Amino acid sequence: METVQEGATTLAEPKKTTMVSGSVALLEGLIAEGTETIFGYPGGAIMPIYDAIYDYKEKLSHILVRHEQCAAHAAQGFARASGKVGVVFATSGPGATNLITGLADAQIDSTPLVCITGQVFATLLGTDAFQETDVINISAPVTKWNYQVTDASEIPAALAKAFYIARSGRPGPVLIDITKNAQIQLFEYEGYTPCNHIRSYRPKPIVRNEYIEEAAALINSAKKPFILFGQGVILGAAEQEFKAFVEKSGIPAAWTILGAGAIPTDHPLNVGMLGMHGNYGPNVQTNSCDVMIAVGMRFDDRVTGRLDKYAKQAKVIHLDIDPAEIDKNVKADIPVWGDCKETLPLLTSLITERTHDSWLAEFKAFEKIEEEQLIRKELEPQSGELTMGEVINQLNILTKGEAIIVSDVGQHQMVACRYGKLNTSRLSVTSGGLGTMGFGLPAAIGAKFGAPDRTVIAVIGDGGFQMTLQELGTIMQFGVDVKILILNNQFLGMVRQWQELFNEKRYSFVDITSPDFVKLAESYYIAGKKVTERENLISSLEEMLNQPGSFLLEVMVAKENNVFPMVPQGSSVSEIRLK
Amino acid sequence: MTMSDSKDIELANAKQEFTITVYTENQIGILNRIAIIFSRRKINIESLNVSPSEIEHIHRFNILITETEEVVRKLARQIEKQVEVLKVYANTNDDIIWQELALYKVPTDVVAEKVFVERLLRENGARVVVIRKDYTVFETTGHRSETDKLIEVLQPYGLIEFVRSARVAIIKDSEGFNSKLREFERREPGQEVIENEFLDKEKNVFTM
Ligand SMILES: Cc1ncc(C[n+]2csc(CCOP(=O)(O)OP(=O)(O)O)c2C)c(N)n1
Repeated sequence: METVQEGATTLAEPKKTTMVSGSVALLEGLIAEGTETIFGYPGGAIMPIYDAIYDYKEKLSHILVRHEQCAAHAAQGFARASGKVGVVFATSGPGATNLITGLADAQIDSTPLVCITGQVFATLLGTDAFQETDVINISAPVTKWNYQVTDASEIPAALAKAFYIARSGRPGPVLIDITKNAQIQLFEYEGYTPCNHIRSYRPKPIVRNEYIEEAAALINSAKKPFILFGQGVILGAAEQEFKAFVEKSGIPAAWTILGAGAIPTDHPLNVGMLGMHGNYGPNVQTNSCDVMIAVGMRFDDRVTGRLDKYAKQAKVIHLDIDPAEIDKNVKADIPVWGDCKETLPLLTSLITERTHDSWLAEFKAFEKIEEEQLIRKELEPQSGELTMGEVINQLNILTKGEAIIVSDVGQHQMVACRYGKLNTSRLSVTSGGLGTMGFGLPAAIGAKFGAPDRTVIAVIGDGGFQMTLQELGTIMQFGVDVKILILNNQFLGMVRQWQELFNEKRYSFVDITSPDFVKLAESYYIAGKKVTERENLISSLEEMLNQPGSFLLEVMVAKENNVFPMVPQGSSVSEIRLK
Repeated sequence: MTMSDSKDIELANAKQEFTITVYTENQIGILNRIAIIFSRRKINIESLNVSPSEIEHIHRFNILITETEEVVRKLARQIEKQVEVLKVYANTNDDIIWQELALYKVPTDVVAEKVFVERLLRENGARVVVIRKDYTVFETTGHRSETDKLIEVLQPYGLIEFVRSARVAIIKDSEGFNSKLREFERREPGQEVIENEFLDKEKNVFTM
């Protein structure tokens, strides 16, 4: 993070004062912050900015999405794949309200975004003017910070603050609402100065050595220690520091859905995924470990299950950059405040190098049970209908864990995250906290811009695809090389699963029909194919991956398959069901 | 668990009045950002006072709620997370001296005729703010029960209007909020920096 700012500082050579419009100042500021790609959609109240960007086509590439929600999701995909701030433009009123789902998603998943919305003229504020909406108040609960600019001279400082807040500390989305008069207004522009301090804002707490020492002592004396890691490791760019900590301590480590890939999925100490559809061992062992070390994760209810039966026997060490997360859901015996990029090395230096062979063997034993009773028939079924698991398994074999897997929300998401092979960080992009159906396709578009050298595969259900399929237009127009893998079970599968298990199979509005997806893709000039038979699966996946440019592959999978293991809502994690 | 441990837990789980003091930048929108932290959790704000603090550009909120200490702790951290919030403190009634100001409007003729004004003022620590031909305005400050008592007294004499301010509170501890912070938020990160390193150096730091 620091390096980004230093980089930005060099760009901010003080210029001679010139008269520029607010719009030009905005674009200059974006360039100074290193922005190259903007996801957006024009409209009346943001027209001056769009007029200005007409002359900036060389420096700023603008991707015209087909719905503002998708501009936000694309920017999220971009940010998650690249580690940079995603930038969004939208107009006032409906353009701004369309962003809200994306903002909420980014807020709960700590994704750095800077969204610029146009607003009616300052003189019209509060008059119910055409396309006036109170976006500052509507977005307050779903932004880390927001600010309304009514005078052009505020733009450079507001933008600098926005970038600083979005990416520092616990990252998050920021919205700047700019009235039309401020976009047009000419003012004396003195150049762009990045922000690196706000007096009322402390992005990271100061590290307290006493807690590091206490934590190390507890880890050193632990018999059954267990590490839980989340996206904090990735957001803090602390993958190396984390790996060093895990390897020196010899402690088995399990991940939350957003922590996936912070260490490679096949690292010997990576024991799998936590939570409702996580792995058997990590869930059961949560209730038998003696020391729990939570790193950059927030004990979401999908991870903890029933809280009063969650790890009650364990002493909890919680490393987090956000003080509000400590003790929020699970009480920490030792709170290790701070950025884990700083705290992990301090901790690593104080712990003794150890192995935990018999404890690790317990995890392996659970893994074996899960493997035999469940994973094998999901990943390598010999007969019957195609399963989602085998599609992901074949994909792993072909991509060798080097592709970015963007998933939508539902059964296919759980399967993609459980089984997706990830060799490095930032290869899994999914909507974790909000569970936003329709996230997958636009986020994959953004991810491709964020990591152009990676193969990007969007794994999407037949339901979720129909929520944002208009983005095929964006893929077509900008030639975005995204592989779309629809796992079609002809149901809103995850809801159907709950209705089967908890509502006596009373299938209430989960039956969903689909258009001919391949023809649909074809009408957008996107190549496509539909697979129904096992014998064609591998060759079709190969065709998809070998296709230069985008490709849509629809795989017809079992209609009524369930995702297991499962911790039923209201149950303890150790009551996880294998069937 | 020892006896005193279990008593502590009981106390922490019992609802009581907390006065939350928040120092913020004087920025449009911060009132809403703070208010929604309460409303989102369906917690009622019983009294709210916002006014400029002793330091220029810094505002002070006094928020009164009835909640458990655990909830208040979590709320305080959520409030402090807001970019424009400098610092949050939470105190029980034992920690603070607080006052509410109340004004009472009554018909002058009735009061002049029927009330021993002097005694009434003395007994209730009230004073007269305005006397007009048609009405008289009394003022008193005190705790809720005290200001309530004068309503009762004046009601029979045709109370025309009554208004009460929000609670304003000041910490009992002679060192004020600085040391209170250390105690209440024992486990807070880096309290060393808190005492608002930049509070009176506004010119030297980044502002909008
Ligand atoms: C925007 C939105 N609406 C509703 C839901 C509730 N929901 C969660 S999963 C799911 C079913 C998803 O079906 P599909 O996309 O076909 O994927 P599958 O579960 O079948 O893999 C639904 C409706 C949601 N998460 N997001």
